[in-house]
Amino acid sequence: MQTDRTGKSLPFLMFVTPVLLWLFLLIVLPHIDLLLMSFRSEDDYGNMVWSLVNYINFFGEPIYWETFARTAIYAVLVTLITFAVSLPIAFYITKVASPRHSGFLSLLLLMPFWVSELVRVYGWMILLRESGVVNHFLVRFGLLQQPVEMLYNDITMVMGLVYTSMLFMVVPLISVLDSLDDSLIEAAYDLGGSIFSILPRIIIPHAMPGIVSGGIVVFMLTLGNYLTPNLIGGKNSLWFTEQIYNQFIASFNWNQGAAFGFLLLLLSSSIIWVGLKLTGQTLSRVAQ
Amino acid sequence: MIRSLPHSRPYSLGFKLYVVLFFVFLFSPLAVTCILAFNDSQFPALPWKGFTLEWFTADLPGRVGIFHDAVNLSAIWVSFKVAFWVSIFSTLVGTCGAFLFEQEHFRFKQSLYFLMLAPLVIPGVILGISILLFANTLGMYFENHFNLDVALFRPGFWLVVLGQFSFISTLVTLIVSARLKKFDRSLEEAALNLGANRLQVIWHITLKFLRPALAGAFAVAFLMSFENFNTTLFLVGSEATLPITLYLQVRDGSTPVINAISFLLIMGTSLLALINLTLSRKKG
Repeated sequence: MQTDRTGKSLPFLMFVTPVLLWLFLLIVLPHIDLLLMSFRSEDDYGNMVWSLVNYINFFGEPIYWETFARTAIYAVLVTLITFAVSLPIAFYITKVASPRHSGFLSLLLLMPFWVSELVRVYGWMILLRESGVVNHFLVRFGLLQQPVEMLYNDITMVMGLVYTSMLFMVVPLISVLDSLDDSLIEAAYDLGGSIFSILPRIIIPHAMPGIVSGGIVVFMLTLGNYLTPNLIGGKNSLWFTEQIYNQFIASFNWNQGAAFGFLLLLLSSSIIWVGLKLTGQTLSRVAQ
Repeated sequence: MIRSLPHSRPYSLGFKLYVVLFFVFLFSPLAVTCILAFNDSQFPALPWKGFTLEWFTADLPGRVGIFHDAVNLSAIWVSFKVAFWVSIFSTLVGTCGAFLFEQEHFRFKQSLYFLMLAPLVIPGVILGISILLFANTLGMYFENHFNLDVALFRPGFWLVVLGQFSFISTLVTLIVSARLKKFDRSLEEAALNLGANRLQVIWHITLKFLRPALAGAFAVAFLMSFENFNTTLFLVGSEATLPITLYLQVRDGSTPVINAISFLLIMGTSLLALINLTLSRKKG
């Protein structure tokens, strides 16, 4: 009854003004500026002019687009591994563990999520480096003659990225599996289904919204991650965010950096868009 | 297969083993970090050389505990101030957002809602550089046209606050919206029928109902801000926040002081998370 006259009322203005200021001043305008800056560069006389040179540089220098492709492929890989690792845990907590334990287990699962990513990466560094804890035990028990450097390679980096974003996959999976009625699985079982037929035909379809929202967050966080590749990925395992950082902070070429940033944004939004289309989801449903 | 169905022994044993390994994987880096904060050694590594609290309390040459470490203490203080302002602003604006999207009807609502969700899928690094660029553009504009040097537009404390606020507000909006969805609007209608105006209803009834969600959103915003690295990296000025300071120390070699700080952080965040959880459980 009051809905049709709230259009221009005082509460409406009170709510809409801060939200519009926030979204336009901090999201829309900065990103338009990012796009504009990426099409500008200095000409031979040091004047700022419109040009495509930043994008030409990107495609001309193999190091740039190779890092870009590498980052994209690894981010997809990390998302898939994270899903494979998380699904059994979510399934165990919601369907296998006794209800008394499952509350405690999901609480335990959330704890590391609150701790800063830097602390978690640092933990892996003191575990895995040459003078680290794992090496100490391996040498002590005679499994290794001398310590081995386990950091600074791609496998460790992927493991670190999976570790960092795992909880963003587990939590949505737990919430969708929680809403799956046990009797559906029981019925399938009574009709002769095994875990290998029940998983793709009942569990996965039901869990799709959770898989998609977890997948989007994990993918986005991995693509935009800077700490993990930088600290445990080593010198030759470049990540695209490091290229952006180098352009901004080291080379002080903000226009080139803006082009890189825009390309990364384009990549993340298009892969997320494809993911949503393939699975028939929408962003607003995923955000629930 | 599930708890109500019969399952073979190898299946359930294998499953249990997987879960145990998963939790070991999850907690080992944190546990090792905490334990080595108390090792009486110059390096955060084994062998164990005895228990000590010196990485917290000492003020000796060559061994300065966190309680006397001026650089890290001031970084912790900066992070507290940033997180405080970010939580205040994002709780205020996020609550407005929740009311706007849950209770108001207007043209372009769908598009605005979509825009509000955008920060969730924009990598933090991109938010950081776009806000840095835009602030720089504004700064140049004000300098050229009005001969004004506006401190806000240069990397520093308030730009970090704005950068973190830009995406944390989305989280707050979603948290508060989830609670607002459960609100029984007939309560509002009753109050309106009794002669209250809409603002009085919101202030006396709806906000009272939202209080646990607001406290929860404030706590989440505080933690997210306190540990943010990606967005902050590009906006930080001379006052570095704790994650930035720690990053520089970890990159250039490490001492057990970092373990001591990590220990305090792990304890602090776990405590805050637990309080938040028990409060939200109690009030449903």
